[in-house]
Amino acid sequence: MTEPAAPPAAPAGTPPAAPPAPPAPAKPAPPPGPLDLGPLVARIAAEVPGTAGLVAAEGPALVVDRRVLLEVMRFLRDDKTLRLDFLSNLCAVDWLKPVAVLEVVYHLFSVEKRHGPLTVKCRTANRTDDAVVPSVVSLWRSAEYQEREAFDLYGVIFAGHPDLRRILTWDELTDFPMRKDYRPPDNFEWEPTPHDEVLKRAAAHQAERREKAGG
Amino acid sequence: MRDVDEPVGAAPEPEPRYKLTPVESAFDQQQLEVSIGPQHPSTHGVFRMDVTLDGEVVTKLKPVMGYLHRNHEQIAERTTYLGTMPFTDRLDYFGSLANNWGYALTVEKLAGITVPERAEYLRVIMCELTRVVNHTCVAGFLLQDLGAWMTPLVWALREREKVLDVFESVTGARMMCNYFRFGGVRVDMTDDDLAVVQKIIDEYPAFLDEFEALMTKNEILQQRCQGVGVLSKELAISAGISGPMARASGVPYDVRKVDKYGIYDRFDFKVPLGEKGDVFDRYYMRVLEVAESLKILRQALKDMPKGPIQDPKTKIRNFRPAKGEAYGRIESPKGELGFYIVSQGDKSPYRYHVRAPSFVNLTILEDMCLGHKLADAIVILGAVDIVLGEVDR
Amino acid sequence: MAVDEGLKRELARTGVVTTTFEAIYNWGRRSSIWPLQFGLACCAIEMMATGGARFDLARFGAEVFRGSPRQADLMIVAGTVTKKMAPQVVRLWNQMPEPKYCIAMGACAIAGGPFKEGYNVLKGIDRFIPVDVHIPGCPPRPEALLHAIITLQEKIDHQHFTRLSHPIAREIDERPAEYPIPRLGKHDLEPPANPVVWQPPEPVRSLPIVGQGALAPAKEGKA
Ligand code: SF4
Repeated sequence: MTEPAAPPAAPAGTPPAAPPAPPAPAKPAPPPGPLDLGPLVARIAAEVPGTAGLVAAEGPALVVDRRVLLEVMRFLRDDKTLRLDFLSNLCAVDWLKPVAVLEVVYHLFSVEKRHGPLTVKCRTANRTDDAVVPSVVSLWRSAEYQEREAFDLYGVIFAGHPDLRRILTWDELTDFPMRKDYRPPDNFEWEPTPHDEVLKRAAAHQAERREKAGG
Repeated sequence: MRDVDEPVGAAPEPEPRYKLTPVESAFDQQQLEVSIGPQHPSTHGVFRMDVTLDGEVVTKLKPVMGYLHRNHEQIAERTTYLGTMPFTDRLDYFGSLANNWGYALTVEKLAGITVPERAEYLRVIMCELTRVVNHTCVAGFLLQDLGAWMTPLVWALREREKVLDVFESVTGARMMCNYFRFGGVRVDMTDDDLAVVQKIIDEYPAFLDEFEALMTKNEILQQRCQGVGVLSKELAISAGISGPMARASGVPYDVRKVDKYGIYDRFDFKVPLGEKGDVFDRYYMRVLEVAESLKILRQALKDMPKGPIQDPKTKIRNFRPAKGEAYGRIESPKGELGFYIVSQGDKSPYRYHVRAPSFVNLTILEDMCLGHKLADAIVILGAVDIVLGEVDR
Repeated sequence: MAVDEGLKRELARTGVVTTTFEAIYNWGRRSSIWPLQFGLACCAIEMMATGGARFDLARFGAEVFRGSPRQADLMIVAGTVTKKMAPQVVRLWNQMPEPKYCIAMGACAIAGGPFKEGYNVLKGIDRFIPVDVHIPGCPPRPEALLHAIITLQEKIDHQHFTRLSHPIAREIDERPAEYPIPRLGKHDLEPPANPVVWQPPEPVRSLPIVGQGALAPAKEGKA
């Protein structure tokens, strides 16, 4: 699933013992930067109470359990050396295999310290009735519309969001159209395009229409 | 009062769409809900604001979007990596080349592709030209929103045509250039093209001076813009505001300087910063940035080396990056444009997400408009510089 | 026409101009087509460029972009019509007074264009309102829009309002005053198309993989 994938920027032959390199444009490489995931996980476990075992480094990202997401995020934002005060991006990813979950991905930067990104991931319990993660609007305003978008397109419910409504599609819609198992309404296969599959479906429509017309 | 005989389960009256809500206020006014858009000349496309007015003062403002939601992300998850490139043109259709760069940069990061020197220079030239055009047009639109009907906009469009001629001669298209490739660019610029660019750069300052003399010093513009829609630095950072709008509020953050993507570390340019964070600062920030972009362009034209424009090792057909994910961002004319791509080793990305600057910049529209007149709200929206293709994707 | 061409020329030589009311009326209409100021997406930028200094839409009397549909003669559907936007477009069309015209500008307005596969994209505005001129392109160049305006002018020239039996006049006369506005439903627009203006096309190409057998009975059934 989200396995890993050594960060692509790293050269292929890194010794396996080295801690995973920070993702992407890691300019201050030599001294262990504040965003090195190994030390960071240890720091969080030590400084945020109740997070032992709930925060882990997975590939280029920090995976946080949703029960402690808010505390960890607050720590990342307010800590003196981290100061990740800029939530640049928030989006959802729909995973069907190996576990069916929705995953919310946060990309954090620091305007003050000018480092980043730190990728944080938080997963829901499943894709159906418990697709809930806590909302981070109270920490960063920029999450407000981006969480609404993730709710609209993926159906992630952000607990504590002040105004969780659909934003891009219309209110009456009942589907979550960006999910991998979404079937779009069958209305463009009518057009005779040279794709065989589309053409096949178009032929099926023809039969249906003739039946309706009573022929 | 309910009649005793009335059936209890009677259908309730449907809620009226726009209702007058009486409120207690000094003059016993009524608050009025007005829906502006999606078809309105001043909403810059199909954007809608549901505004609640007390007299003429905005007391509530809810942006409604999605009228141009074209499912860019889902289509990209079905198309090949290269096939998505022309779609990125259509995100921010004023700055298609900047979008190309953001996407190419992210895929290059994902697959570990390097870009040859000359291609980097070509990218900078095209992208900065885009920024020049975009900022000029934004100033034109803003003035149009202020009531300077047509003239500034037609001026801006006139200058834009000159730059579009370069785009057309190099890439073959005026707006939708589809110019970038992973590991380089599609075609080289000829010396003639470069001469035209040089001419545009040489002539632009004169246009800017004229524009400024007529517009920036205009008393009406100053009266209408200064002190309107003030955005504090703290809120700007917390709300993820980026680009000229954040810099107008005094946030010293420019991805070109912070990430130094491409070859931006070689150029000598400044990042203008505003003090007040009002509409006037946002307008003026753009004028100043045009001047800085011209500076970059001048240096790039001077230093441009000869050489290949495409990394020969990059596969064009059957391009499948290894498993992994990448987040790449650039400073587009509107702000920080980010792409998040998750690859599963297939020919199309597993997840493709665009972090659109104008979408995030809209978050605090209500905060900026509260307490201002309705006419000011239009100006504030104009200064945010939204493009609906990017807001709704 | 009513006056013989030769006689007309003869009279013109002596300073007498003869014309028909209809010709004057159409000349007036064709030279002042006021479009609705209404941009949907990228194509709208090219529409503005057409109004700008270089291409100068004013040469054709069509530069007066009106903000209100009540004052407009022409709707240039410039850009992608999404399902969320479609009801508004139809409503705007209903609000325009007759005689009115519609130009579908760009691949998106014609058939969904590059975004055709999108779940929220209407596959062509002619599913809901009648279109007079289609301009292909993504985006069409400003010259193409000018060409569309000229084409529309030619169409106006050939409309006979004095002879109601004429096919074009009849077409306008028999148009419904209001086109039904689609609702936003649970999965899709309801209805997904207006059957009065749009019928799904018949597939014309045979199926090479499935073989002729799949389509052969279809042809019989139709006949
Ligand atoms: S046809 Fe092309 S340019 Fe026009 S709206 Fe559609 S995508 Fe944009």
